[in-house]
Parts: sequence; C-alpha cells; structure tokens
Amino acid sequence: MSKFEFPPSIKSRPVWGTLEPRAGKHHLMIADAAGAEAILGIATPELMAGTHIIYIPRGADHADALRAQNPAQFYEGPTYAASVSRIRRVLQDASMGLQVYLTGTEGLMGQAMHEAMQAGIPHTAIQTEHRGSVARRMQCVHCKGITEDVETDPFVCSHCGLNLFVRDHYSRRLAAYQGVCIDAEDPGNVPEPKGIYE
Amino acid sequence: MTIQFHKETFRGEYSFHNSERAIKRFPFPFDKDSYMYAVNMEQHRGGPADSVYEKRFDVDEHYVSEMEDRALVLADDPLRCQSLPHMTLAGWDLLELIMVSKSEDYPELFELHRDGDQWRWVNKPLGIDDTFTFMDETTLPYGPMEYITRQTQGDFCVLDQRDDNLWMDAGTVTTQADWSLDFDIGMNFFEWHAPVPLAHEKGIFVRALKFLLNIQQGAPARRLNWTMTVNPLLDTSPENYHKWGIQKTTLTPENIGSKQHLRVELQTFFRLPRSNALVFPIRCYLCSFDDLMTVPKWGRRLHRVIRDLPVELATYKGFIDNRPMMLDYLSKFDDGQPTSLGIWPDLETEPPLKVVRSS
Ligand code: HEM
Repeated sequence: MSKFEFPPSIKSRPVWGTLEPRAGKHHLMIADAAGAEAILGIATPELMAGTHIIYIPRGADHADALRAQNPAQFYEGPTYAASVSRIRRVLQDASMGLQVYLTGTEGLMGQAMHEAMQAGIPHTAIQTEHRGSVARRMQCVHCKGITEDVETDPFVCSHCGLNLFVRDHYSRRLAAYQGVCIDAEDPGNVPEPKGIYE
Repeated sequence: MTIQFHKETFRGEYSFHNSERAIKRFPFPFDKDSYMYAVNMEQHRGGPADSVYEKRFDVDEHYVSEMEDRALVLADDPLRCQSLPHMTLAGWDLLELIMVSKSEDYPELFELHRDGDQWRWVNKPLGIDDTFTFMDETTLPYGPMEYITRQTQGDFCVLDQRDDNLWMDAGTVTTQADWSLDFDIGMNFFEWHAPVPLAHEKGIFVRALKFLLNIQQGAPARRLNWTMTVNPLLDTSPENYHKWGIQKTTLTPENIGSKQHLRVELQTFFRLPRSNALVFPIRCYLCSFDDLMTVPKWGRRLHRVIRDLPVELATYKGFIDNRPMMLDYLSKFDDGQPTSLGIWPDLETEPPLKVVRSS
C-alpha cells in the first residue's frame, strides 16, 4: 500500500519516519489498523522472538497475520483507551535498550509516543511510521475536549458543538492538534467541510 | 512619583484609560518607519527616568485593576496557571526575584523582611501582609509562582533549560496575544513558536535561542513585541476567542480612535539562580489610537508601519480585515514629514502635525 506524503508543515508538527528492524533483545511494537502492514514489512523470526506486539485492529483484519509471525507476546485491544494501561505497564518494565516501534494513525502514534517519553524511553529508541487514515486527533482550545479521528476541516467539536478549524499546531503532551472556532467573527458563516489535505 | 491606581475594567464596559503620564511613557514599539521581525534584544539595565524600562518590574497606574482582572480569569479557568512538577524550585526563584526587585525599586509600595527562611511580604497597593517560610509551599495560599504572579503585572513563562533548548514548563498567562499556555506547556522554543510566519525562515529563532541560553544571572535582557486589540481587552486568549472575536467587527470610522488599541509587550528575560531556569515576563501595555495620536511622531510613524506591514504579519496579528479602516484613520495623522530615529516621543523636538488634506 502506498504511503501518504504529508505536506511540509510548521515546527510543532511531528515528522513520521519509516520502521526498520533494530538490533536488541527487546522490542515493543504498538500499532493500529493499517499499521500492521508496517510491522509485517520488517518482521523476521529473530526479531519476532523478542517482540511484544500490541495491536488495535479498528476494523482491519491483520490480527491473524501478525499472530502468525509468532511474536513473543501478542495482545489485541479493542480500543487505544482500553489498551493504554497495559502499554504503561509494559513500558514501566522496559529494560535498557528496549526498542519501540509505533505505527498506524497519528493519534495512536502520538499517544503511545507520549507514554513512552513519560516512561523515560530515549527518543532515539522510538521509531514511527504512519499508515492508514490521515485523520487527526483534535483538541478544542475552547472546551478542551478531544475529538478523535477528525477527517474534515472544519469540523464540529464532539463536546461543545463549536465549529472548529483544524490547525497544524500540535502538542506532544496532548498528542493532539488544535481546533479553533472558525466563525467567531462571522457567526454561522461556516465553510463546507473538506478533507484536511484537499 | 506616587502612582494613582485606577479603578477600571478590561472587560464589560471597558473603563480602562491611560493618564497623560501613561501615554508619554507608553512603550511605542517602532524605532523607525517600518517593521519586520528581528532579533531585537538588548540588556535590561534601566532606562530613562519614569520610562517603562527604568525598573526591573514596572508598576503603573493599572496595577491594582490588572490584578483584579487576572483573578477573574483564573477563577474562570485555572488552567491559565500551570507548573509541571519539576518547576517548583523555579517558582521560588521567581518569587524571590520579584519580591527583592519590587521592594528595592518601590520601597513605598512593597516591603520584604527576611529573617533566615522566615519572610514577611507587604504589598500595600493590594493590601497584603503575609509571613511565610521560604521554600515551604504549605505556608503560602498558592504555589510560589502563582502566589507572586497574582501580584505582578504581565504574563509569566518559566522555561526549563535542558538539551540546549528552553521548555515551557510553567507559567501564568492571562493577558496573552492569542496563544494558549495549556496547549503549549511542555513545548520547546521552536515548537511554541511554530505558528509565527516568516521568522523561522529568517533564522531569527535559532539566533534568539542561542542568545537566551547564554543569559547570565544578574544580566537580564529585553525586547518589545506588538499587536492590535479592539477594546482594551487583556484576556485575548484562544480559549475565549469564540467570545471576543466578534468584537473585532464592531469597529466603525467613528469609534476606531477610541476602540482600536495598540498592544505592546515589554518582554524581559531573567536567569534564575537555583533552578537555572529562565523567566520570561511578558508585560502588556495598551494605548488607544486617539491617545497615541497626541504624539505627532507616533502618528506619522504608526501610519507608515501599518501601511507597509507585510500581509503575512497583518494576518497573523489578526487585523488584516480592519487594516483599511485603520489606514483611513491613521493617514490623517501623517503629514509626510520625516521622523526622528528611536521609540521615544521627542515631543520637544518633533514638529507638530501640519494640516493633512483629507483623502
Ligand atoms: C523564552 C522566551 C519566549 C517565549 C516564552 C516566547 C513565547 C512566544 C509565544 C507563545 C508566541 C505566540 C506563538 C503563537 O502564535 O502561538 C510568540 C510569538 C513570537 N515570538 Fe516569542 N517567545 C520567547 C522569546 C522570543 C524571542 C527572544 C524572540 C526574538 C526574536 C521571539 C520572537 C517572537 C515573534 C517574532 C513572535 C510573533 C509575534 C507577533 O507577530 O505578534 N520570541 N512567542
């Protein structure tokens, strides 16, 4: 599957990379949806023997293919929220030299990245690769509510109902982009939503 | 000089106003007839008598009312004041810096009595007389940063210095030019500046950061920044933008002189002793167009600056839609005469306005 080329952007926006297998005894791979394809792309029996995979399918059907790689540990979670306590627990035990691989949507990578940084994993030991949906995790700057998987600009805040435009300004701490009221200066004048990169 | 503290508001009926003295000492931010981003930093070592540069932390006629406005903002939204756990020591550093500076610079208004770690702080304008144990948070009603910034005009960002960068890990931000502390907290220098146009490409932030990382204790620095605000509203936050944004559309040719304000930030930079953090006070001064125009040099210059400002900057600063109306107003105060270099009003030496033919 071809990868989406994000257009150049401002400096707070993360730049995602391409996964490559790294040397080391312990590997933690966290993926959602099409992120499984990036894992399958680097999987070797040696790598998988030391790998813990945490996978959130979100409707994709790659779980069996991942399981078939015989990772040392495999967990399939229904949602990120349901999986996060497990992710924290695993990171807590991280041994020196743990290699972390994050792949899938920006929301998944951003949130898991935040957990890894909180756990003290050096950023040099964390790799990322975007796969699948280009939807964004958005924070409403007005009510602070987070809306997941925003595909259009503008969009309606799922908490307070304001019409928000999608900024590129990104907070790693929140793992979210910023949404700001689009019709504050002209109430009701809300442009037709279109895809974020259209 | 005794200060008469105004009883005034920065919301609702907007009773904020500047005295003649406040207008003369307004930090007009343009030292020539054009403006572009630059690494405009200098030492913060005093300045002309009664100018806003004179003291380390300027206290003016708006002090008491600004602190009341801050209390209202914080009651409404406690997230405007945040400090990550490792920043408490820097908070004590800041409390000490402000208490020592203000008690030395304004002995008639503030007193600090220290007996070992037993400190007594007297703030006469706000009617505060507190005794506490320095470095013991349980002896203050708020954390040290919040305690002292509820008593000091201007926003405060406290930056942790590590990995050759600055990290916005604490702050009290209630008079900001449309940026969110809650969103930016934890970011580094390049990340929180990400939305600024043109300056990254000019290498300004790389050079500015290098300068900041080398600021030494006892050798603070300063710069001015500016934007435009309709009505003397201190809390132009993104959080409340859906409420105040509409006010930008209330300008008319009749009311622009009193409603449109030039908003200037006196930004200073101090190294803190124990934590090695950097504190960045951002002091906001507001002045209506009508009041600015009482200084002929400023009238001429403001017209030229706003007329020639790149579209990117007028857009980022949020006044692109109102620029034509501003220029209609300002052009009446530009008679084409040359202006003296520097930001000062030069009332004695600059010529009065010649009658400008109406356009
Ligand atoms: C460490 C202290 C500093 C802090 C905490 C700080 C913070 C900020 C913030 C939060 C913004 C708003 C960005 C947005 O749109 O979201 C900003 C804007 C800006 N900053 Fe800084 N800044 C600092 C130092 C500097 C320095 C030393 C320079 C020197 C060139 C600088 C130049 C600018 C410029 C040019 C803008 C755009 C302002 C405008 O056009 O209104 N900053 N800063």
